[in-house]
Amino acid sequence: MAGNLVQGALFTVMVMRAAQLRDPGFDAELAEQVQRSPRFFLNAPVVLDLKGAAEFAGETEFAEAKAILRRHTLTLIGVQNAAPPQADAAAAAGLASFAPNATQPSRPRLAEPAAPPQAQTIPPPAAAKSLLVTQPIRSGTQIYARGTDLVVTAPVSAGAEIMADGNIHVYAALRGRALAGTGGDNEARIFCSRLEAELVSIAGHYLVSDQIPAEHRGLAVQIALVDDRLTIAQN
Amino acid sequence: MGTAGGRRHRFVGEEGEVYLAKIIVLTSGKGGVGKTTSAAAIAAGLALRGKRTVVIDFDVGLRNLDLIMGCERRVVFDFINVINGDAKLNQALIKDKRNDNLYVFPTSQTRDKDALKRDGVERVLDELKDNFDYIVCDSPAGIEHGAITALYFADSAIIVTNPEVSSVRDSDRIIGILASKSRRAEHNLDPVEVHLLLTRYSTERVKRGEMLSVEDVKEILSIPLLGVIPESESVLRASNTGTPVVFEPESPAGRAYVDAVARFVGEQREMRFVQPERRSIFRTFFGRA
Repeated sequence: MAGNLVQGALFTVMVMRAAQLRDPGFDAELAEQVQRSPRFFLNAPVVLDLKGAAEFAGETEFAEAKAILRRHTLTLIGVQNAAPPQADAAAAAGLASFAPNATQPSRPRLAEPAAPPQAQTIPPPAAAKSLLVTQPIRSGTQIYARGTDLVVTAPVSAGAEIMADGNIHVYAALRGRALAGTGGDNEARIFCSRLEAELVSIAGHYLVSDQIPAEHRGLAVQIALVDDRLTIAQN
Repeated sequence: MGTAGGRRHRFVGEEGEVYLAKIIVLTSGKGGVGKTTSAAAIAAGLALRGKRTVVIDFDVGLRNLDLIMGCERRVVFDFINVINGDAKLNQALIKDKRNDNLYVFPTSQTRDKDALKRDGVERVLDELKDNFDYIVCDSPAGIEHGAITALYFADSAIIVTNPEVSSVRDSDRIIGILASKSRRAEHNLDPVEVHLLLTRYSTERVKRGEMLSVEDVKEILSIPLLGVIPESESVLRASNTGTPVVFEPESPAGRAYVDAVARFVGEQREMRFVQPERRSIFRTFFGRA
């Protein structure tokens, strides 16, 4: 098992001042910017800088920030410059704390080894009831399980797009696009009983059809993010 | 809805007969798959079974149904004239010369799809409903206003699909639209019944891996199969002579449509023109046996 090996990697991530989110013109301005280069911003990771934003104190504020950015196709993955209570609230909302961080809380989340599921880990965002879909999801349809898992018991057609902040389970052929952990949850997984997907993505890391190894095609698989790489395992 | 006395003007059927037509839409998303040919054949097939049937051309601006039905020289008023109140229904409906149960409702060649106002269409369909067993709507291609208006009032949809990937994907899209944008979906009624009609099927080309097989298409769309129409010269000939292909019962395509109509009204018929399953094209693509 590669599960216990952790490797380091460097990424460029957008940083946004948390205080801006409350500006009246923020939504329109961001929408305009995203529209100028939608591909660049699609599912792009964002870190929220909490400097001078003491009002971000509870899990709800972070969940709200996540939702606002999600509306603009951005994925909030963590916070910066968090005071210890803020860092804990952010962690509870499934967000990582990045350096520089003068008052680092107990542990930097990214360095934590990928532990087996029963071990103590960061709780997934809001354990709401999963979204269950029993009808085929047709081409051109988009389904998003906000803050929860998505369970589909019928085929997902090519040209359909399913998204969940949590895990995605498809108990049939998965032929469309499946994006799990859209809220930035690295531990989200995709399960399906027949992999024929156009694209699979977990927390912004994705594989298009061409990149999915042929030996997994048409089989029951689960897809997880291991060391920031999408890993497909046959069930 | 009840006695003849309380009804609107009747123009077909015996006095006192009560109809409450079922609205069928033939739709596909993709163009050129055989919607109009199939609409003509299915409508004529229903009429041959003694059902009072009208077939309506929703393809405003690209009028074709009248040609396929062989009544293009008898068109005076059209669907849009009736929607706009410029003509009465009985002035626009054309009675088929081969079968008394069959009527053609041609569309306008000079207008565009925007002339299809939903409330006007509803009013016309309501009036037709009282006078027919079946209203067959021939949808334009696409997923825009014209196609949406054609499927909006449907009770039942026949999805016309060719055995190739792009047609199947467009069909899938239109099935999704039926499930979300039809009147039945919007009013939370029983969903529109959906049937698959596979046209231009060639067992030879399936065998060579150039076409999807019946099983492949059924598997992707997961809706019940109404019929498989073999690729056949008789279809082309029928279109060019303005004779719905069911009026040529000796042709394979004619027989396949007759079977499809029988299945539509609930009869069991074995599928013809479908050879035993060979290697699926998907497995060929992805190199798995």
